Amino acid sequence: MTSKRHEEVGLTDAQVVDMYYYMLLARKIDERQWLLNRAGKVPFVISCQGQEAAQVGAAFALQPNKDFLCPYYRDLGLVLVFGQTARDCMLSAFAKAEDPNSGGRQMPGHFGGKKFNILTGSSPVTTQVPHAVGVALAGRMRQEDLVVYTSFGEGSSNQGDFHEGANFAGVHKLPVIFFCQNNKYAISVPLKKQLACESVADRAIGYGFPGYSVDGNDPIEVYRVMKEAVERARNGEGPTLIEAVMYRLVPHSSDDDDRVYRTREEVEEAKKKDPLIVFAAYLRDIGLLDEEKEKELLARVQQEVDEATEYAEQAPYPTPESTLTHVYGE
Amino acid sequence: MAVISYIDAITMAMREEMRRDSNVFVLGEDVGVRGGVFRATVGLIDEFGEARVIDTPLAESAIVGVGIGAAAYGMRPIAEIQFADFIMPAVNQIVSEAAKMRYRSNNDWTCPITIRAPYGGGVHGALYHSQSVEAMFTNVPGLKVVAPSTPYDAKGLLKAAIRDEDPVLFFEHKRCYRLIKGEVPETDYTVPIGKADVKREGSDITVISYGLALHFCLQAAEKLAQEGISAHVLDLRTLYPLDKEAIAEAASKTGKVLIVHEDNKEGGVGGEVAAIIAEKCLFDLDAPIKRLCGPDVPAMPYSPPMEKFFMLNPDKVYEAMKELAHF
Repeated sequence: MTSKRHEEVGLTDAQVVDMYYYMLLARKIDERQWLLNRAGKVPFVISCQGQEAAQVGAAFALQPNKDFLCPYYRDLGLVLVFGQTARDCMLSAFAKAEDPNSGGRQMPGHFGGKKFNILTGSSPVTTQVPHAVGVALAGRMRQEDLVVYTSFGEGSSNQGDFHEGANFAGVHKLPVIFFCQNNKYAISVPLKKQLACESVADRAIGYGFPGYSVDGNDPIEVYRVMKEAVERARNGEGPTLIEAVMYRLVPHSSDDDDRVYRTREEVEEAKKKDPLIVFAAYLRDIGLLDEEKEKELLARVQQEVDEATEYAEQAPYPTPESTLTHVYGE
Repeated sequence: MAVISYIDAITMAMREEMRRDSNVFVLGEDVGVRGGVFRATVGLIDEFGEARVIDTPLAESAIVGVGIGAAAYGMRPIAEIQFADFIMPAVNQIVSEAAKMRYRSNNDWTCPITIRAPYGGGVHGALYHSQSVEAMFTNVPGLKVVAPSTPYDAKGLLKAAIRDEDPVLFFEHKRCYRLIKGEVPETDYTVPIGKADVKREGSDITVISYGLALHFCLQAAEKLAQEGISAHVLDLRTLYPLDKEAIAEAASKTGKVLIVHEDNKEGGVGGEVAAIIAEKCLFDLDAPIKRLCGPDVPAMPYSPPMEKFFMLNPDKVYEAMKELAHF
């Protein structure tokens, strides 16, 4: 039997099984959205597949209802831990009025919601990074114990807003965690054409705070590094940059065809390290998961996704005239 | 009532709002110890401390972007862009983020940020310290664009901007800073955003303007009055959304309209003002709508004769008004 690595980082048995549940839920919501897209029922999907371990591992190190998220479009696993449900995600996919992110105004993956402590996001990449710094600044001004998580891809770490935001947070020692999900591709452009440095984590030194690179397929490792970063932030020691390295298992979006820029062999190789497979194997090795338990979990997740899909499909659209509302405050 | 300068009215507005509401804070380049390169924030750091008067790193997108995050959280940031010419790196944050936050979140999140930016020329500022960039932002629903011309309006509109629930871009004509003085109450008052103001009543021609050029219009109107021509002068004050009723009313009053602004002519605010008049009251007009604006060149040059050529002045406005009156 493998050692219980999760206990060494302070996670209980119940917590790691819960982590697996959230990873599975994110994966199954995502897979269902692709099916719905291919069936012509939803116009667009952008995926978290391959990144669930990093997202859920990171989310477990934060405190929902207290800490803040300025996520990016792949962060499905993260927002589920912060309280969004399968139904919420499906309402967004179907662009229905009840979608808590935007009332059907934005494409899926544009997460937001005051009740979840998730700041509304947009499509221009990395604009959320300075926002996270601003939330942290405001939290400090009001003397609130608040850590802000913001995420982005490795390609987006080239954007000015990443550098401007990181520098600002470094100067003011603000409690922000810059969480880069390095999935090796910025749509079609591979890492080597995006960065000349070894790792995105290397960029932290320029801003005077630590940067760590971590195996993004291992939620326990991500949790460990995140937890340290959260503690540093809460202790007033400033920001941390974390690069979680993983692989984007599917095309950039439902409108992309990845066969033109990467080989099937490369994708198949990456699938062997699929975080869901690897983490399930770990849980089986230490006796927290068996065939029966796994079946039960899968059935529970499938039911949630089924119910969410059905509900969202039936739910009403926003009225056409509501296009004109909420430009300014009333 | 004290007579103070345009810039002192702006400082007064910020100081009063910071005293009134602990959520109000200032951030920008050189706004703290230096008190701003134009001295608009002078004294604020002494009264409110460096936690609320923040000298930021030199990076405009972060000045606005960090302000947006704080505003969404519930603060009332006043972000200063040192010169409007340097606002460009922050345009993504202003247009894609601040302006759309309420709409895209279905009214869940708001962004009550005020972004102050000195604009305009006549100060030997050359291409990159003289521009009028307002037209770039007057096609962005979700954003409000304000450009006061008098100290009274500057104070009242800035206080209204800070209290507004939506993002406000607050353009201050830098030539007005010390040139323009006026009576400003020390009491608390606001001037409503979205309302134009008749600065001079008249009956022969209507002149519509804002900012420094508004003062040239008033001076020219004074001279024309001595010649028996009566000019009606409307100060737009808010450039987006425009006060359409006031524009139509002012145009209909005389039937002859001249629009005056320092910004380039083509694509400037004047074109929209003309379109509003054409839509609402074309048949009240007795002459074609005229525009007197900066020329369509990239920006005003440094060399004095070139700068003078670009800039409007009371004489140029006088000529244009007289010509229209005699149409």
